[in-house]
Amino acid sequence: MTALETPQVSKTEASDSERVPQPRATRGRNRTTKIRGVRAGFWVYVGLGVVLIGALFPFYWSFLIGSGDSSTINDPNMSWIPGGNFLENAATVVNDPAVNFWRALGNSIASSLLIAASVVVTSTLAGWAFAKLRFPGSKPLLVFVVATMAVPMQLGVVPLYILFSDLGWTGNIGAIVIPAVTSAFGVFWMTQYLQQSVPDELIEAARVDGASMIRTFWTIGVVAARPAAAMLGLFTFVTAWNNFFWPFIVLDRSDPTLPVALSLLQSNHFVDYSIVLAGVLLSTLPLLLLFVFAGKQLVSGIMQGAVKG
Amino acid sequence: MTATATRVDESAPNRPVRPPRVISFSQRLSRWDLKVSPYLYISPFFIMFAVVGLFPIAFTAVISFMDWDLVRNSGQFIGVDQYAWILGQPQFWTALRNTFSIFLFSAVPQLIAAIFIAAMLDRNIRAKTFWRMGVLVPFVMAPVAVALIFSNMFGDNHGLVNNILTDVGLPAIQWHKDAFWSHVAIATMVNFRWTGYNTLILLAAMQAIPRDYYEAATVDGAGPFRQFRSITLPSLKPTLIFVIITATIGGLQIFDEPRMFDQFGRGGAAQQWLTITLYLYDIGWGQWNFGRAAALAWILFLIILIIGLINLLVTRRLVRDEGRR
Repeated sequence: MTALETPQVSKTEASDSERVPQPRATRGRNRTTKIRGVRAGFWVYVGLGVVLIGALFPFYWSFLIGSGDSSTINDPNMSWIPGGNFLENAATVVNDPAVNFWRALGNSIASSLLIAASVVVTSTLAGWAFAKLRFPGSKPLLVFVVATMAVPMQLGVVPLYILFSDLGWTGNIGAIVIPAVTSAFGVFWMTQYLQQSVPDELIEAARVDGASMIRTFWTIGVVAARPAAAMLGLFTFVTAWNNFFWPFIVLDRSDPTLPVALSLLQSNHFVDYSIVLAGVLLSTLPLLLLFVFAGKQLVSGIMQGAVKG
Repeated sequence: MTATATRVDESAPNRPVRPPRVISFSQRLSRWDLKVSPYLYISPFFIMFAVVGLFPIAFTAVISFMDWDLVRNSGQFIGVDQYAWILGQPQFWTALRNTFSIFLFSAVPQLIAAIFIAAMLDRNIRAKTFWRMGVLVPFVMAPVAVALIFSNMFGDNHGLVNNILTDVGLPAIQWHKDAFWSHVAIATMVNFRWTGYNTLILLAAMQAIPRDYYEAATVDGAGPFRQFRSITLPSLKPTLIFVIITATIGGLQIFDEPRMFDQFGRGGAAQQWLTITLYLYDIGWGQWNFGRAAALAWILFLIILIIGLINLLVTRRLVRDEGRR
């Protein structure tokens, strides 16, 4: 978990070793090192600690309420120690016939995986072409791709709904997968990544050696794109998993995804928050597990996707 | 092999290119390969986008000028009546006001917080990855889930927030009854989920700023705040523009949080927190009027475009450009 800070190993001075006679703001010390940035003072850690508590508190709160019973929330002297009813409440959620928890879990996993896989494939192909191949119209086409990122989902929902009811696909997870199989963001992201990570000489060498375009793509492009593909896949998976508006419109209540199931849970148990919040935690658990194992990649993916100033 | 390398410089001095006497089949194939391949690679994206992106957008425009019959699945052209109807609804204006109010309460504090947290993370801290993952944790929770937790915390009678307020002697707040406070509560949900994400984007931009600038500024006697204002902020400008515009596109579409803020999902008894997309859902799948829903979708799109452009111009003006480098 902890990142070893190799550049700092040789420097062993404590950050508070020399007092500077100036009032200290909360922005830490104004002491630069040759290597990276400013040494963090005590207040930086305090600030970050507060932020971290803020980020984690709602999770704790849902566990606190979700492990109590229906009276917990109304108890003015509520304890800050979780009760023992979490498994009981979770069982209530899982066994509620109106919520269809297991179906929802299966639908969420299947649809998010399909969407992530297909976005990665289409983005890698298109990103490779935009980044490394020259062809007439590539610039305007890329600008067009970026422009489509500003188009809201709401602009397409009415015709998509008409289309899927015509096909008789409403209520089928195909209806949530198909509109999401490509992503303009993904293409843009892959284009940027491949532009930076593959030198042109490499492709030229391959071409001179007589490799076909597809072989060049396969042996150079795909290999170079692998780390970026993992990040894009992860990011797309999380986004698809959490998506609510379109699934809520097009799916049947008997065959939901997890967010849709949560909304049903609320309308069924709105008087009993211990059940609702147990369900919230239960449905977030798979993504939390994923985050524990792959959160590092998600962090670096978001940071690499940032627009270079 | 002629003209097979991908990057042949076409602007070479005009030597007459001698055509080879015999063009073998494999050479022809190779040329064709070079010409056609790029289009093959981008075609999956563009074909799918045409089907599930372009076609629906165009068709939404068509439907918005129609009175759509759900049973016969066809529409009758009625001109701009649907637009006129929407603009004549007081609910639309309420929804517009609420959407903007929630957007401002979420975007402004969120960006300020993200810049400051990013500045802290940009310091030379221990366990960098741990802190970065920490700020991103909320991002993996579905907005629906976030909304349920916070709706509970912002309960009018026994919510955590009101309990704390009354404990310190302040009056309890009507989070669900009062329009202003309901916007604050909903904006808090958005902030909880997105602050960390934007922090990481800004952090990436901060790390790209050359450290020599800060060293030079320190030598010149600039304090940390002066350095922040004169070096950090101007360098972040392109990223800030990007973050603000994505926040705008997302923020004006808000649906999940207001939908889950109470168990009815209609935006409150007096539409205190009805948003545009919530209203669109109600017209389309509550009243089953697709013509009006399509018109509202186009109105929303135009609003997003206009606000996005205004944002772009304002951000450009406000954040001073990097001066002489």
